[in-house]
Amino acid sequence: MMSDVVKFHFDVDGSDFSSAGAASVSVKKKLRQLGYSPEVIRRVSIAMYEGEINMVIHANGGTADVEASDDKIVIVLADKGPGIPDVELAMQAGYSTAKDHIRNLGFGAGMGLPNMIKYTDDLRIDTVVGEGTTITMTVLL
Amino acid sequence: MKVDALCKLLDARVLCGTTDREFEGVYTGDLLSRAMSRVQTDNAWVTIMANINVVAVANLTEPAVIVLAEDVVMQQDALDAAVENDLCVITSPLSAYEICCAIREMAGE
Ligand SMILES: Nc1ncnc2c1ncn2[C@@H]1O[C@H](COP(=O)(O)OP(=O)(O)OP(=O)(O)O)[C@@H](O)[C@H]1O
Ligand SMILES: [Mg+2]
Repeated sequence: MMSDVVKFHFDVDGSDFSSAGAASVSVKKKLRQLGYSPEVIRRVSIAMYEGEINMVIHANGGTADVEASDDKIVIVLADKGPGIPDVELAMQAGYSTAKDHIRNLGFGAGMGLPNMIKYTDDLRIDTVVGEGTTITMTVLL
Repeated sequence: MKVDALCKLLDARVLCGTTDREFEGVYTGDLLSRAMSRVQTDNAWVTIMANINVVAVANLTEPAVIVLAEDVVMQQDALDAAVENDLCVITSPLSAYEICCAIREMAGE
């Protein structure tokens, strides 16, 4: 039997640090209404928040698409930012290119990508320097 | 422990939210993507960071209370967002270290 897939779409504003996280908070509320377990919601929330914030602080915003079904939740974050020149390096815990004014806001621990790996079952990074980055994350139920 | 009791213990002022709730466990730290993965539901989150991004992380991790150390006051936009999301935020003159020690002592009794 084909089950329903619920889809959400967000435009993530890259100029507004104060609304950063809004899409993730909204997805969290919707997943709760749909009855997903607290554990799944936590994993999706953390992974999506980190990706959303990365688009804001490193890529001047982008789009977030979430597809929730009964066996998995897929999050796609796409931006037209600078791309990631060395993905392996970027994935290392503690590595960050965040400038001081960003660090002063509490970002820049270099733990975003490591969190995304830790809390998802699959993470794919498609990135081209000068063109942008698309991150696809899957959380299995 | 109740958040009311925590306020008394820390000589803290309530910035928003009801204090009639229990917290369990403590996380202290200011770096958001560390807090994001470490703050557990119903924790007390002790920090000196008080901007709107702290509120976003708290919305996702759901601590029972955000404890601001060293008399830090939350910025108005952040406070508005905290109220909207029914978060409890308190501020204490003690340092993060002193706050953790005080809670530990109280819990050890
Ligand atoms: N969407 C993106 N576009 C361009 N660069 C990115 C993007 N996402 C991550 N990066 C690069 O990868 C590095 C590591 O990202 P990561 O999220 O792990 O850490 P951070 O964002 O710097 O700090 P934290 O997430 O702990 O606040 C970033 O500093 C940045 O250089
Ligand atoms: Mg990051």
